[in-house]
Amino acid sequence: MAEVEDTLKRIESHKGVIGTIVVNAEGIPIRTTLDNSTTVQYAGLLRHLTMMARSTVRDIDPQNDLTFVRIRSKKHEIMVAPENNFLLIVIQNPCE
Amino acid sequence: MDIAGHPDDISPLVLTSATQELFGCLADVDLTKENPYKLLKKDDIMKDIKTRALMSDFSPVKQIVLDYPEEEILLVFDRDFTYGQSFYFVLTPELKSKILEPPKPETPEVFENEVDKTPEPKEWICLGSELEIDEESVKETREKLRYKFSRVRGKFGMPVCFSDNNTADSKDSYLECPSYQDSRFSIKQMQRDCMVQAVPRLQSSSTQTKWKTQRNIFTQYHPRELSTDEIENILNSESLKNFLITATPRILHALQQEEIINVFIDDWKALGTAGDWSGQVSEGLALHRAFTDQKYTKDKKISSINWHPTIHGVIAVALIEKKEEQSNESTVFISSPAFIVFYCFTDPNNPKLLLECPDDIFAFEFCPSNPEIIVGGCINGQVVLWDISAHITYLQRTESSHNKTSVKTNTFDLDDNKENKTPVVRFCAVSALESSHKAPITDLQWLPPTFEVTRAGLPVENEFNISVQIVTCSPDCSILFWDVRLPKVLSHSLSGKKQNVDQKTPMTTCGVPETFKHLDRAWKPLFGVSLPKINTSGEYVPLKFSLEHYTCNDNAEKASENGHTKIIPDYSQLRVTSAKTLKTLEDVNSKFYVGTEEGEVVYTDWKLEKDESGRLHSAKPLFCFNAHQWLVNTIQRSPFFKDIILTIGSWNFAIWKEGVTDGPLVLSRYFEQECTAGCWSLSRPAVFFIGKEDGSIEVWNLLENTSEPAHVHEYITNTKITCIKPWTASPKQHFLAVTDDLGVLRVFEIPKTLYIPSRHESLSMKKYFELEKDSLKDYLKREELWKKEAEEHKKKMETDIQIKSLQDNEEMDIKEYNDDLMQEESILKDMGLWPEAQDT
Repeated sequence: MAEVEDTLKRIESHKGVIGTIVVNAEGIPIRTTLDNSTTVQYAGLLRHLTMMARSTVRDIDPQNDLTFVRIRSKKHEIMVAPENNFLLIVIQNPCE
Repeated sequence: MDIAGHPDDISPLVLTSATQELFGCLADVDLTKENPYKLLKKDDIMKDIKTRALMSDFSPVKQIVLDYPEEEILLVFDRDFTYGQSFYFVLTPELKSKILEPPKPETPEVFENEVDKTPEPKEWICLGSELEIDEESVKETREKLRYKFSRVRGKFGMPVCFSDNNTADSKDSYLECPSYQDSRFSIKQMQRDCMVQAVPRLQSSSTQTKWKTQRNIFTQYHPRELSTDEIENILNSESLKNFLITATPRILHALQQEEIINVFIDDWKALGTAGDWSGQVSEGLALHRAFTDQKYTKDKKISSINWHPTIHGVIAVALIEKKEEQSNESTVFISSPAFIVFYCFTDPNNPKLLLECPDDIFAFEFCPSNPEIIVGGCINGQVVLWDISAHITYLQRTESSHNKTSVKTNTFDLDDNKENKTPVVRFCAVSALESSHKAPITDLQWLPPTFEVTRAGLPVENEFNISVQIVTCSPDCSILFWDVRLPKVLSHSLSGKKQNVDQKTPMTTCGVPETFKHLDRAWKPLFGVSLPKINTSGEYVPLKFSLEHYTCNDNAEKASENGHTKIIPDYSQLRVTSAKTLKTLEDVNSKFYVGTEEGEVVYTDWKLEKDESGRLHSAKPLFCFNAHQWLVNTIQRSPFFKDIILTIGSWNFAIWKEGVTDGPLVLSRYFEQECTAGCWSLSRPAVFFIGKEDGSIEVWNLLENTSEPAHVHEYITNTKITCIKPWTASPKQHFLAVTDDLGVLRVFEIPKTLYIPSRHESLSMKKYFELEKDSLKDYLKREELWKKEAEEHKKKMETDIQIKSLQDNEEMDIKEYNDDLMQEESILKDMGLWPEAQDT
């Protein structure tokens, strides 16, 4: 538990990070630093997107797999790392 | 008949008489028409050619002769020159034999035989035509019927009358003797043909099934959540740890990447908008058009200009007399009629439309909801209305016809010839002289179509979303509110009055639109606002004012609903609705800024209050600040920020924020040249233009420098600039109209650098104004502090000085006394009378 905390703290204390969410296989948020409604929204939407991205990658080449999804928007950058049926979502403010 | 060419087996040639003699074929002697043929030996011809060489007539045909297979060539005398020459050679033996032994014609003999004998009749051979004859011949198919007509015995011997009956006379040209059933006998039909057909019986019918599809009308879901125990479990699980171990480095890597550099930036785009281009793009105002008209603008100066709000490229200019001339001609007062002149881009030298004014106009405006109505303020204080709806198509047509080439010259030429002079529109209505201003009207504005005011100054809802009210101000210390509709109460008396007037003088001159006839000469203002001075008695003398343009969201929505069916109302039918029925709008800002003759900027409320006696009167202004030393010539709200106002006085300018009552946010230094006109830029929040007395235009950019203009365009004109008005014709074309004292209107194109706002200019301006506000507050606070300190210091200084002086005096006294004592001692010692000496 403590290791989990430490790791997540390292990520959260990085410059520009607005929030972090850990989501399980079914899309239910496990741990988050944002408020509930935002978390639920992010979790639900990004899970679908990640599933679709993964299926795209694997359709093109079945040997391949998705490692990372980065969405750059005007206001922030959303990063999703899928692995082992979990999702780690981080939202960061860009440098400028 | 000359045949152009000749057949291949014939070769025409000329034979001289010498040759003819030699060969014995003299024309018409040996060879005649009847006997034109002569056979010549080939050897003879060759000998002749050899002996006489080129002189021989046969030399051109030498080759032909050599080629000829037989010994003798036929020479034919061609009397009729059918082949072009008098003789010709026949080149082929076949033709020769044909000519010499012509085939014997046989047919002529037969003909002769036929003609001689008379033909004998032959046996007729039947070739099947007797069948046809049989068919055609008429035979009796049955025996002829005989009818016997007999008369009644009684009428025997009586004359009979037969008459003709023409079938053409009868109906249908048809006469029949129809058959009838004779009762004497009947025939029984023993056999009848009949048919039976079976037909299926069809019947159409329909049914309709109700298919109720299951469809979600709405769903509501609730996100799943895990209970805390489960979360604990998961957090402690191995899989989560592994997951984090693998995922974290990637995330950190991405985070760091993001932090370092923005990979998505478009360098090219950022380069373009970041700074100013130098060199290639012109920074100056480029002259687009200059408008002047010899007839109307001579010896006049321009007091006010306005762009037409809807038609592209049409500007209206108000011309007034120059005052200097009147002093010379004090006896003879020649007043040329005052005009407002409309120019359009397509024709810089001829005005398109003229509005006739009763007197010089200092200010005029187009109605915001209906650009065909124009209101102007005269030099004698009256308010004038025009309606140019009759000429609006003419204006639009002249604008667009410039684009079309002279395809329509036919219709247009006629028009041009007819209307050589520009159309003049007379004013529809003027206000009543006794209730107008007593001094020239210097500023005039329509109230926006979003609200209207009642007689007490309360802003209420505007039903039809049209602008019907006007605010005017004048140096007679009053600001009047006018309404173009008839007041309800007075409608009866007015109609009576109208009738009287009609009887007296026929008022309608032809060509004057009747839109505002109900107001003419009887127009009174709704109410007036005076500006009593705050601290002293007396009143401020307003020159210009600025209202807050109120846009209400509801009204905007309503307007967009009815937007497409914009009915221009009949103004004579509109009535001022009573104040009770309309909804009061609470959030309209009824306070406005006024610039006065002495350079003060006054902030006051137009709502009238009730004082002790119950009468309505104007409230005292809320705030007044003397920022400029002399006339305020411009007071204008920024088109980007509702509460930022620019005021330009004669020697400096100031920027105010509504709500900040301590003073202007920005107050510029005093200029050497007098400022005479100014306006905000329509596209850049930080830029405004100032026109000066020497005819130059300064462009100020508040973000760059507040003590110096960003650009100065010198020598736009020789005299002072009277008016500046910007206009955005299209996203790429921004114009600035500048008028001067000589009556010339110049339109400049604003260069790109001056109309494209820099990045975040609006935000920067907001921040700038906030900063200025804070610094102003700070400054004032510090001023207070300093003042206090200065006072205290002064007081302390005074008391110090007092104390010091007392002490000094004492010391001085003591010193003197000591000196005196010393002196006494020395004198006494000298005299030997010192008491010590006595002691010893």
